[in-house]
Amino acid sequence: MASDHESALASNVPRPTLEVQNLTTEFVTRSGIAKPVRGVNFSVMPGQIMGLVGESGSGKSLTGYSIMGLVDHPGVVTCGRVLFKGVDLRGLNSAQRRAIRGDRIAMIFQDPMMTLNPVLRIDTQIMEVVSAHYPVDRQTARAMARSALVQVGIASPDERLSAYPHQFSGGMRQRIAIAIALINKPDLIICDEPTTALDVTIQAQILFEMQKLCREAGTSLIWITHDLSVVAGLADTVCVMYAGEIVESGTVQQVLALPRHPYTSGLIACAPSRNKPGAPLRQINGSTPSLLALPSGCAFRNRCDRASDICHTPPPTVDEGGQSFRCFHPMPINKFNESVG
Amino acid sequence: MNHLPLLELRGVSKRFGTSQDVVARIAKVFGVGLPDHTVYAVDDVNVSVFPGEIVGLVGESGCGKSTLGRMAVGLYGMTAGQRFWKSEQLEKLDPASRRQKQLGMQLIFQDPVSSLNPRMRVRDIVGEAPVVHGMVAAAEKNAYVEELLQRVGLNADALPRYAHQFSGGQCARIGIARALALKPELLVCDEAVAALDVSIQAQVLNLFMALRAELNLTYLFISHDLGVVRHVADRVLIMYLGRIIESAPTPALFSSANHPYTQALLAAAPRLEVRKMVFTPVKGEIPSPLHPPTGCHFHPRCPHAFHRCKVEIPTFREIAPSHFSACHLND
Repeated sequence: MASDHESALASNVPRPTLEVQNLTTEFVTRSGIAKPVRGVNFSVMPGQIMGLVGESGSGKSLTGYSIMGLVDHPGVVTCGRVLFKGVDLRGLNSAQRRAIRGDRIAMIFQDPMMTLNPVLRIDTQIMEVVSAHYPVDRQTARAMARSALVQVGIASPDERLSAYPHQFSGGMRQRIAIAIALINKPDLIICDEPTTALDVTIQAQILFEMQKLCREAGTSLIWITHDLSVVAGLADTVCVMYAGEIVESGTVQQVLALPRHPYTSGLIACAPSRNKPGAPLRQINGSTPSLLALPSGCAFRNRCDRASDICHTPPPTVDEGGQSFRCFHPMPINKFNESVG
Repeated sequence: MNHLPLLELRGVSKRFGTSQDVVARIAKVFGVGLPDHTVYAVDDVNVSVFPGEIVGLVGESGCGKSTLGRMAVGLYGMTAGQRFWKSEQLEKLDPASRRQKQLGMQLIFQDPVSSLNPRMRVRDIVGEAPVVHGMVAAAEKNAYVEELLQRVGLNADALPRYAHQFSGGQCARIGIARALALKPELLVCDEAVAALDVSIQAQVLNLFMALRAELNLTYLFISHDLGVVRHVADRVLIMYLGRIIESAPTPALFSSANHPYTQALLAAAPRLEVRKMVFTPVKGEIPSPLHPPTGCHFHPRCPHAFHRCKVEIPTFREIAPSHFSACHLND
């Protein structure tokens, strides 16, 4: 670990905030072993926003939980490394993990009503996060809570501090959840579909705040979502997950302009905005496979119109200028432009 | 296009409130009663749906779009207003013939899984209503359901199965088959694709379009997703807090939105084509329909609001051919 650190300093390359290597999570069920996260690799640099995109059941949320160490029984993180600033989180004991969670790494969940405790006032809930990690007195903690509310754009923070979660609207609750995540100035925030339950105009407000905060504080962000258009507007890099694996990754510019994996390409092509109004939408046939009965080799091959016999063996990861994809028959570079243009 | 609307709603309103008991009503006379908790879910709305067209109804949560859809098909009673089906006022008919007419419009519900009875087999979910209404003899039910399932892209082996044995996309198809079983002319789709994954959503939208061509269907397509509505609809209605504030043919609405709320909505929606979008959000929250703002409902959040917006409800009027908007800025 030390040698890694020195070599990074020597070459003056910024070190990633988070590096996930070969992360695998398994669930032992009565009907067999399901692997919702299979050998996931990615890294996030300081100040970078990474979009983690996938459909339901693709393992995107469980990747987030596995990083945080929040996978419940019967799920187990069975292999891989989660290097947070060079330290493997999987090697820490629970006390050490707790010291990092909520302080250096924060998480924002999909449903803000489930995140907040309904019987505690929100000042209690925000101050708790500070006092769990730092020896501060009540006055300081309350002042910090107040400024956190101001930071996320809540009007009249003094009165709002002593309100209960039910007195806030959905968008406001999500802002409070964000305030809680931000208060200790973490290096990394994992956001699990934080705007999916919100309306478009409220979503734009939250995205606006997150963009601003990342730019100002240099916080790294992992934005888990099913919505490619949110990723297009918000993120720097993107990883596309399918059936537990990252099938394609790269910068947003690369992946959305020139997707190479047939799944990514299909996902982009079936968005209504990519089709002529009224014309039939291009579609991906079939549905996502059960995690207990994944096809051998490439998990997407049953739905893929480019699949051949070779797809029964696991595809290699191909890297082309920072954009990597797992496919034997990647989309040709010019084909996609023709079909969309 | 035929110029007689298939379905017309005139001045339709829906208020939800607790009914007050005798004591509360007497107390109210003396001015000491409890405050009124009335939700103005839909407030004086006019909608016409012409044969063969797809009307998109767009709005954020709590704006009353689902309530309007449910009133249109008769699932909710109206507090005020009139419904006309093929120029015939439904409220004036006796209940039996009203029910008969209402079979011509069917609703597809938001959650494809929970809208199917978990204890019923697919053959009963789809086949129950046509048998009850005497459209199909009980002995021919299986064959009839099988034909419907094929039409929506499912196999006959689905007949004896239960809802939990299907994926979300398949459940959506069963819900569509159930609606089609009564040979409707108008389908009201209440967020019918919102719960589906993108790749499945495309399949179901394609199915809707194919059915429209095959069966000459008319749709009232309720959604919060502007991208979906832009793709399927011929005409779009924008709803905000119980009122329709803009209505225009789809291309006109997306190219030259008139109402400030529509403009904000279009600006706030993330798009695949835009990288590193600079979000310029509208300020404020969606107000509670318990205490809607006076005048124009949008004025507390509107960047162009002036004094008149607070006191006077803007009239919904034509600003360009078949483009209607309710905003004082147009005067």
